[in-house]
Amino acid sequence: MTRLVVGPFNRVEGDLEITLDVDDGVIAAARVNAPLFRGFEQILVGRPPADALAVVPRICGICSVGQSAAAASALADAMGLQATPNGLLARQLIQATENLADHLSHFYLFFMPDFARPAYAGRPWYDAVARRFAAVKGSAAADVLPARANFLKLMGFLAGKWPHTLALQPGGSTRAPTSAERIRVLALLRDFRSFVETVVLGDDLENFATLDSADGLAAWADGRTGDFPAFLATAADLGLDRIGRGSDRFLAYGAYGLFPAGLWQAGGASTPLDPGAISEDTRHAWLAAGKPRHPAVGETVVDADNPDGYTWCKAPRYDGTVAEVGALARQAVAGHPLARDMIERHGASVSARVVARLLELASVLPAMEGWVKAMVPGEAFCAHASLPDECQGAGLVEAARGSLGHWLSVRRGRIDRYQIIAPTTWNFSPRDAADRPGPLEQALVGLPAGPNAPPTVQHVVRSFDPCMVCTVH
Amino acid sequence: MLRILWLQSGGCGGCTQSLLGSEPRSLFAELQGAGIEFVWHPSFSQASDGEARAILEACAGGAQPFDVLCVEGAMLRGPGGSGKFHLMAGDGRPLTDWVERLARRARWVFAIGSCSAFGGFSASTPGNPLEACGLQYDNDEAGGLLGADFRSAAGLPVVNIAGCPAHPGWVVDTLEKLALEGLTASDLDDFRRPLLYAEQLVHHGCPRNEYYEFKASAQKPSDLGCLMENLGCKGTQAHADCNIRPWNGAGSCLRGGYACISCTEPGFEAPGHPFQETPKVAGIPMGLPTDMPKAWFVALAALSKSATPKRVRDNAVADHAVIRPAIKKTGLK
Ligand code: SF4
Repeated sequence: MTRLVVGPFNRVEGDLEITLDVDDGVIAAARVNAPLFRGFEQILVGRPPADALAVVPRICGICSVGQSAAAASALADAMGLQATPNGLLARQLIQATENLADHLSHFYLFFMPDFARPAYAGRPWYDAVARRFAAVKGSAAADVLPARANFLKLMGFLAGKWPHTLALQPGGSTRAPTSAERIRVLALLRDFRSFVETVVLGDDLENFATLDSADGLAAWADGRTGDFPAFLATAADLGLDRIGRGSDRFLAYGAYGLFPAGLWQAGGASTPLDPGAISEDTRHAWLAAGKPRHPAVGETVVDADNPDGYTWCKAPRYDGTVAEVGALARQAVAGHPLARDMIERHGASVSARVVARLLELASVLPAMEGWVKAMVPGEAFCAHASLPDECQGAGLVEAARGSLGHWLSVRRGRIDRYQIIAPTTWNFSPRDAADRPGPLEQALVGLPAGPNAPPTVQHVVRSFDPCMVCTVH
Repeated sequence: MLRILWLQSGGCGGCTQSLLGSEPRSLFAELQGAGIEFVWHPSFSQASDGEARAILEACAGGAQPFDVLCVEGAMLRGPGGSGKFHLMAGDGRPLTDWVERLARRARWVFAIGSCSAFGGFSASTPGNPLEACGLQYDNDEAGGLLGADFRSAAGLPVVNIAGCPAHPGWVVDTLEKLALEGLTASDLDDFRRPLLYAEQLVHHGCPRNEYYEFKASAQKPSDLGCLMENLGCKGTQAHADCNIRPWNGAGSCLRGGYACISCTEPGFEAPGHPFQETPKVAGIPMGLPTDMPKAWFVALAALSKSATPKRVRDNAVADHAVIRPAIKKTGLK
């Protein structure tokens, strides 16, 4: 048995190190370390509650809006405030813009460049894939970066700027687009739709979104021109639809009124979400140990010398069990037949996670067009109320990478406790007190590693689209 | 070619995400065209794991030459000076050690964003347990990780491209100016921010200027009026060209309907009052415009309030214009 320490991982958001126990070229055990600590929960304590709206976006530059939305929901919950219908539509649009832009960045900038590694030279697809997707120098960047920047112009109209907007408020949004701006937002959405259809998918969004099985997907991709079909051909050659299985229990908090909240496991039906079943365990973090706690009463106390610690990340559990979050979880919980079929065949895999992100691009973009049209000019975008001096609230939202929760308590008009569970905290969780490994730790076991191994570990890690800066908030 | 080495530490990665939105050309094509390339960037480069460590080691040891060290995120010196809050993955040495070694080799050192310039949010936990600071500032005091006397090989202190996040144009323009004609101390302001964006105030070009003129103020989030009197706007004091150089095509904080929280200034993260409320003494905002004596401001505000047109007064407290500008029927003079 040899021990390998792998890191830094490029093209993941933030810092990641993985320790692998390797037996005869095969991973026997993996331990995931988030080596940077940021301490945002402590930054929030003692501040006026509404300041969370300015502070939490700075937890993460890639899901900054997700953080805003969770804080705004937690504050709204604490106030008992409902956002206005226009405000809700604006918030959905802002969240969806971030989430879809992140899916696009992940595919092109973070995930695909690994297939341009020299280790794959000689595969039939290699030359074309390397020309298109090589980091920085590949031809795709020239198409994708302008398309992404144009799509993010929605933020210019709806949220002032991205990242780090203050537009999302408990009662809705600070920005009422004019009717002329609505027309321009629709034009931007059409532009992005055309990019996804012609360059990414090689098909209409609606047509792709209705694919309902792994066989159907393979038939659809066969001979099709487009960057995503090119990935599917590569993935088929490398068998990526069979590797990367994690805990195979999937959790989602629900998004946009399109995808429901709940838990799903292969072979069963989704069960409704019970927020009371969420807990966090600190046994293997460099944090003071104690019983697993619900985040509403959670604590983050640094203990850099915890002898069992190997990361700054806590271990979140749902009903005491390990759960995976993300686009695949959202689609599986929502019952998308393609997502479920892929999982039922080979479990959550590298391919299934990537496919689920593309399914979201294809199904959320048309919904966004509908939300813009549904806004009623002249009606309010923001409702107002004041926050009681003593209150509690929770905000559960879906960021691009999965379920994100904020739990807040206010005493004497100040934040008394603020706990955050980020998506990658779930996926890159360490072991818990019962020594159950987190989803990535499970997904790596059995894969090749070592000096001459193919870069399989890199694909599996990035298939989760980790965001380490959130993890270690 | 101007070669950039980029590191990230105690920050959110948002300056990189922002930078990727550089317009109108793809960031990579634009930089390449201007003679700029990345030796390594944690979010863009192919090299990972051992390959990445080898590049960094070669840069620190001098075998791999590079020109600009760009650092994003605060420097975390804790706990107890150990740097353990951020150890380089796969290497185990504190990131602060790497930055010190690499800064000695770099011809120029750029702090990207307010965390790396001044410490930012990481430094704002009461008591600063992370022992966080900027590269050459600890909040508004010179010092920081590299010390007040630090000068890079080209003779400049750390260039602070402050902002939370930095606008892509601030970073790209500064790099391109350096590549084109060099950068001198006279190109920087007192906080060593490039004047190419810091010689403006956020207030310049704000679409709410007409409301400002008449002190027609927003009262609640989403109102169209000026955000200075009630909702915490520091645009008349904050240095940046946010309303001249649009964000994401057509945006800015003020265009988005919320206050400028002066994210390009040291200490913005701990203002001592709620971010979205204006601190006042006897009803007068404490943060008066840069360059304006208080008595003048008070006199002007009283005068302009008394002269506010109904259109401006009513629109200021609505989220869309309720009264349109009148049309003159006689031809415009
Ligand atoms: S909102 Fe702020 S930046 Fe805009 S006019 Fe008022 S004071 Fe100036």
